[in-house]
Amino acid sequence: MSASSSTHSEVREIPVSERGPAPRNVVVSFGFWLFLLSDIVIFAALFAAFAVLSHETAGGPSGNDLFDRNRVLLETAILLASSFTCGLMSLAVEQRKLIPAAAWGAVTFLLGATFVGMELFEFHGMIESGARPDRSAFLSAFFTLVGTHGLHVSAGLFWLLVMFAQIATLGFRPMVLRRLRCFSLFWHALDIVWIGVFTIVYLGAH
Amino acid sequence: MLGKLSWAAIPFDQPIPMIASLLVMLTISAILLLFTWKGWWPYLWSEWITSVDHKRIGVMYILLALVMLVRGFTDAIMMRSQLALAAGGAQGYLPPEHYNQIFSAHGTIMIFFVAMTFMVGLMNFVVPLQLGIRDVAFPVLNSVSFWLTAAGVLLVNMSLVIGEFARTGWLVYPPLSELAYSPGVGVDYYLWALQISGAGTLLSGINLTTTILKLRAPGMGYMRMPIFCWTALASNLLIVAAFPILTATFAMLLLDRYLGFHFFTNEAGGNAMMYINLIWAWGHPEVYILILPAFGVFSEVIATFSGKALFGYRSMVIATMAICVLSFMVWLHHFFTMGAGADINGFFGIMTMIIAVPTGVKVFNWLFTLYGGRLRFDAPVYWALGFMVTFVVGGMTGVLLAIPPADFVLHNSLFLVAHFHNVIIGGVLFGAFAGYTFWFPKAFGFKLDERIGKAIFWCWFIGFYLAFMPLYILGLMGATRRMQHYDVAGWQPLMLVALLGAIVILAGIVLTGVQLVVSIRTRDQRRDHTGDPWNGRTLEWSTPSPPPAWNFAVLPAVNGLDPYWEAKKSPKSHRQNGPDLETIAVPRNSPIGFVLAFFAVMAGFALIWHIWWMAIAGLIGALMTILAHAWRVSDEVEYVVASQRQRAAI
Repeated sequence: MSASSSTHSEVREIPVSERGPAPRNVVVSFGFWLFLLSDIVIFAALFAAFAVLSHETAGGPSGNDLFDRNRVLLETAILLASSFTCGLMSLAVEQRKLIPAAAWGAVTFLLGATFVGMELFEFHGMIESGARPDRSAFLSAFFTLVGTHGLHVSAGLFWLLVMFAQIATLGFRPMVLRRLRCFSLFWHALDIVWIGVFTIVYLGAH
Repeated sequence: MLGKLSWAAIPFDQPIPMIASLLVMLTISAILLLFTWKGWWPYLWSEWITSVDHKRIGVMYILLALVMLVRGFTDAIMMRSQLALAAGGAQGYLPPEHYNQIFSAHGTIMIFFVAMTFMVGLMNFVVPLQLGIRDVAFPVLNSVSFWLTAAGVLLVNMSLVIGEFARTGWLVYPPLSELAYSPGVGVDYYLWALQISGAGTLLSGINLTTTILKLRAPGMGYMRMPIFCWTALASNLLIVAAFPILTATFAMLLLDRYLGFHFFTNEAGGNAMMYINLIWAWGHPEVYILILPAFGVFSEVIATFSGKALFGYRSMVIATMAICVLSFMVWLHHFFTMGAGADINGFFGIMTMIIAVPTGVKVFNWLFTLYGGRLRFDAPVYWALGFMVTFVVGGMTGVLLAIPPADFVLHNSLFLVAHFHNVIIGGVLFGAFAGYTFWFPKAFGFKLDERIGKAIFWCWFIGFYLAFMPLYILGLMGATRRMQHYDVAGWQPLMLVALLGAIVILAGIVLTGVQLVVSIRTRDQRRDHTGDPWNGRTLEWSTPSPPPAWNFAVLPAVNGLDPYWEAKKSPKSHRQNGPDLETIAVPRNSPIGFVLAFFAVMAGFALIWHIWWMAIAGLIGALMTILAHAWRVSDEVEYVVASQRQRAAI
C-alpha cells in the first residue's frame, strides 16, 4: 500500500492528514475544542445527577413551586443575545477594528453580568424561602447544575475583562487573537449548555 | 486560624506510621542536603523543574511513578504479612483502622500515581518522537500537568504524617465516605489529592490528543502512525471523555461533605447508587486508559525484536479503537450484585465478554508477528512474552467474572483481587517495565544492564504467580477482600505462599534500583552511539540518543509504516540531500507548572484542614500565576541553530 501511494504521490493531491504539523491557530483551537468537550462531559454528569434526583424533594418544595418561568425566559433571552453580540465582537476583531470590538465586548459583558445577577437573585430568593441546597437531593442537584453553569459564565466574564486588558496592553497580536477565538468558543458553548438547563431544569420542572 | 489542624493530627501514638514517615523525611532531607552540598539546584531548576521539554517531563513522570511504586508496594507487603499472621484467633500487627487506610492508600497510589503516571510518562516521552515532531502541542501546559500530578502525590504522602488517609477503599464509596461515617480528614485528603492530579491528567490528555491528531511529520497519515501512537490516542481520548466524570463525581461528594448537600447521603433523597454508577463510568474506561498504552508498548517490542512488521496493523488499529468505544459500555459489571435486575446484568455481562474479542484479535496479532520472526531475546521481550501468558489468564478470569451468576459468588472475594492484579500487573506493569527497558537508551544514551533486567523480570513473573494464584483459590474458598483477620486457620498456608510471592517481587523492586546504579556506573561501556540500539523501526530511533532538545533537526518525511526501517533497508534512494541548516524554535523554560503546583498544594491542604484564609490565598496565588503567564509574549521561544545535521534524514 505504501509503495503504490508513493509512486502516485506526484499525481494525487496530498491528503490533509499527510501535510505535516498543523499551523498554531488550528492547534490551539482544536485543543480548546477538546477542553470544551471535556467540560461538556462534566455538565453531562451533572445533568445525569439532576435527572436521577429531580423527584427527590424529601417533602420540600419542587421545581414547580420555585421557578418563575417568565424570569428564566428573560434570562435565556439575555444570554442568547450576549452570544450574538459576542459573535459581532469576533467579527470586529477579525477585521482588527478596535472600537467596535471593544463596544460589542462591553455589551457582551453587560448582558453576561445581567444574566449572572438575575441568577444570583433567583438563588437568593430560594435560599431566603428555605429552599436551600441542603434541604433536599433535588435542590442539591439543582444548585450544583445551575450554579456550575453560573460559575462558568462568571469565569467567562473575568476572562473577557482580562482580554480587554490584553488588547489594551498587547494589541491584536496572534497570541491575543487566538485567545479571543477561544473565548468566543467558550461563550457559545455555555449557551448550548444553558439551552439544556432551560429545557430540562426549568421547562421540565414538575 | 488553623482550622481542624492541631498537634493531635500527628499520630505520635502509632509507631508504624511514625517510623515510616520519619524514615521518609530523613531520606528526603538527606537528598535535599546532598543536592545543596553538591550545588545541583541551579542545574535541577533550569534543566528539569522548569523544563517544558516533553522528554524531560516524561522522565520525571516515570521517576515519580517508580518512587510511588516503592510506597505502594510497602503498603502491599504490609497487607500480605498481616494476612500471613492474622489467622485463627490472631489479630496480626496492624489494627483494623490502620489496615483500612493501608488498603485504601495502596489502591489509590498504585492506580493513580504508579500505573497512570508511568503510562502518561511513557506516552509523553515517546509519542512526539514517534510522530517525528519537536514537542507536544502545548509544552508549557505539559509541565503544568506533570506538576499538578506531583502536587497530588505530595498531598497523599502528607496524609501519612499529618492526619490520616481514607479508610473507605480506593474508590471511597458513599455512604461510608460521607461526613456522617467518615468525619476525619482521610476522605478529604483523597478527594483533593485526586481532584488536583486529575486536573493534571485531563490537561495532559487534551495535550496529547491534540498532538497526535494535529501534529505529525509530513506524510504521516493516520494509517502510517506507529501502533503505540494509536494506542496513546485511544488512551488519551478516553482521558478526555472519562476524567471529567471523575471530577464531577468527586465535586458532588465534596459538596456533600463540605456544604451538607444530599447527592449521595442516606437522608433527604440522596442516592448512593448514583455514585457507584458515576464512579465506574469513569473507572472502567480508566482500566483501558492504563492497558491500551501497554498494548502499544508490546506491539512495538514484539515487532522490533522479531525483525518483522507488526502482523495485522490495520486490525490492530480497529481493535484498539473498538476497545476504546466498548470500554464505556461495561461499567455496570463492577456491581452486578447491587440489584439492577437480570436484564441489565445480562446486557452488561454480554458487553463485557464482547470486549474479549478485540483483545483476542490483538493477542493473535502478536502471536503471528512472532511466528516466522527472528526473535532476539533481550529484556523487553521477556516482559512481552510474560505478559502474553499472564494477561490471557487474567482475561479469562475476567470473562468468568463477567457472568453475573458467577459474579454473585465471587464478588468482593480474593478471586476478584487476584483477577485485577493479574491484568494490572501482568498487563500494565509488565508493559511499563518493557517500555522502560526499551526506551531507556533513547532517553539517556546507554542501555540498562541486560542480566539484571532479566532477573527483575523473573522476580516479578514468579513473584506474581506465587502471590496471586493462591488468592484465586482463597477467593473460591470464600475469603473476602479487605479483611484484616480471618478465623479459618486452613487459609494460612496459602496466605504464607502469597507473602512469599510478595517477597520475591520485593527482590525485583530492589534489583530495579541496583540495575539503575550498576548501569549508570558502567554507562561508558554500554553507550548507544548509533541512536538505534535495538535495530528499531519507528522514527524515535532515527535521532541520536539522547535526542537533542528539538528532537529532529529536519522534520522527517514519511512514506509509509515503519519509516525508519524502510529507510535503513534502502538508505541511498530515500535519503534526501539534506536542506540547509534551519533555525529551530524551542519553547523557553517556564516555572509556571512548579509555582501552580505549589499553590495547588497550599489550597488543597488548606481545604482538607478547613483553613479558609489559606485556601483563598492559594487560589489567588494560582490565579495571579496564570495571569502573569498570560502576559508572557514574543519571547515565548528562543532560537537555536541546529549544530549537527540529522543523522539519517529519511
